[in-house]
Amino acid sequence: MGIRLDKPWRLLSPSQVARVHGHLGVYQLGDDAGSVLYVGVAGGRSLFGLGGELQRELASPRAGVTRFRVEVSAQYRTRWQELLMLHRADHGELPRHNQGERLPKLGRLSPA
Amino acid sequence: MDLQLSEEQKLIVEQVRRFVREEIRPLEARLDPDADELEPEDKARLVAHTTAMGLYGLDIPPEFGGPDIDIVTRVLIAIEMAQHRAGLYAPCYGTFGGAGLAQLFEANEDQKQRYLYPTLRGEKTGFFGLTEPSGGSDPARAIRTRAVRDGQDWLINGAKIFISNADKADYGIVFARTDPAKGRGGITCFLVDTDTPGFHVRRIVHTLRSARYATELEFKDMRIKQQNVLGEVNKGFAIANDRLSRQRIPYAAGCIGVAIAAHELAIDYAKERETFGQKLATRQAVQWMLVDNEIDIRQARWLTLAAADKARRSEPFRTEAAIAKVVASEAGGRVVDRSMQIFGGHGMTKDLPFERWYREMRIRRVGEGPNEVQRMLVARELLGPAFR
Repeated sequence: MGIRLDKPWRLLSPSQVARVHGHLGVYQLGDDAGSVLYVGVAGGRSLFGLGGELQRELASPRAGVTRFRVEVSAQYRTRWQELLMLHRADHGELPRHNQGERLPKLGRLSPA
Repeated sequence: MDLQLSEEQKLIVEQVRRFVREEIRPLEARLDPDADELEPEDKARLVAHTTAMGLYGLDIPPEFGGPDIDIVTRVLIAIEMAQHRAGLYAPCYGTFGGAGLAQLFEANEDQKQRYLYPTLRGEKTGFFGLTEPSGGSDPARAIRTRAVRDGQDWLINGAKIFISNADKADYGIVFARTDPAKGRGGITCFLVDTDTPGFHVRRIVHTLRSARYATELEFKDMRIKQQNVLGEVNKGFAIANDRLSRQRIPYAAGCIGVAIAAHELAIDYAKERETFGQKLATRQAVQWMLVDNEIDIRQARWLTLAAADKARRSEPFRTEAAIAKVVASEAGGRVVDRSMQIFGGHGMTKDLPFERWYREMRIRRVGEGPNEVQRMLVARELLGPAFR
């Protein structure tokens, strides 16, 4: 099972974001080079799920972010933590825009 | 068994019930429906509250600073503590503390200094590493993780799965085979620091319990000192088995608490909701569902208290604990299911706690030993060793 989110990046544009529905799940924001700058979650209290979260990101884009990708998941909470932990295992630190954010205590992963 | 609660038990139950309704449930309104932890400042405030109530560290023996509360009363408390959305797996979000890993009370003084006391002070956390990819219900045969003597040390190689909290813990209790020729007599229990070279958390395992994940571990030439053997070499099975028996009673209590919470919501809703010009509560189909809920809850409650009462009297309680676990986990599932049915479409949404209880309650028939294994234990007691 692939544990990383490896779906193709899409432009963070109104037309692309409009195609994202209201499911629960996780998303990543990245730059033109495909570096992950933020890992986000559309949880059970999000008003319009992934679509709503990305509309919010589009309205006030974070520095350097040009792209996004999503994964629909009923296990949005544990999947979100997994992606953050994987990023830290791969890069030694959290994605730039997650740093300083209030997060649950994250564990240590050393994927084979 | 005295079926009447003492005045002290009534007071404690009432105190915990109020705490859940006035402190815990309101906080859940703003947490994610799958959350299993509070904001740190909320947790600190509520820990101060439970400490003031004299109920912090419920499972800690009095000689180690815990409140001196017998197991029957602890079951009554556990039933109350589970009566909220996260209550099955995160009762009161840990604000009543806990003993951590009870096996450490049997550790030697050096081990207590390094693991138990820091755990009780909240400075360290541990995990319990028993289940392996080859199985978890039959540790005597399923454990393939090997520990081999290397000078004064042990070298451990193998894998564990469905292990909670191993990625965040400072140490763990890990079971490994030290004598492959002996079944249950060839298992040893080790205290393992998670920063030991060779200790790897390979992946997290997503389950129905989407509030929290389990982990898969790999040990590669992990070197553990002899002083980290918990108990005696080749006597680890008894440590694992003791833990599994003890856990079944509070495990059952949690199922009952959630069932009560679901049942109460269903009763209130049935009295309010109208269909075809009449309240749901006037419909015989709904009334019978509520009656069946009540019967399930009462059966599970009495059987669990009966098991706790035997444990309190230091009598053998393994059979009673197995029966309580089976009845409570199955009854709890039925009660949540019926209550969802009464709520109709609303019962399926994340606006209400039922969907989370439904998913998590399903795990309870498998967790802490599948119900089939519990039935096997009871059958052995009924039929004797000739029919094992």
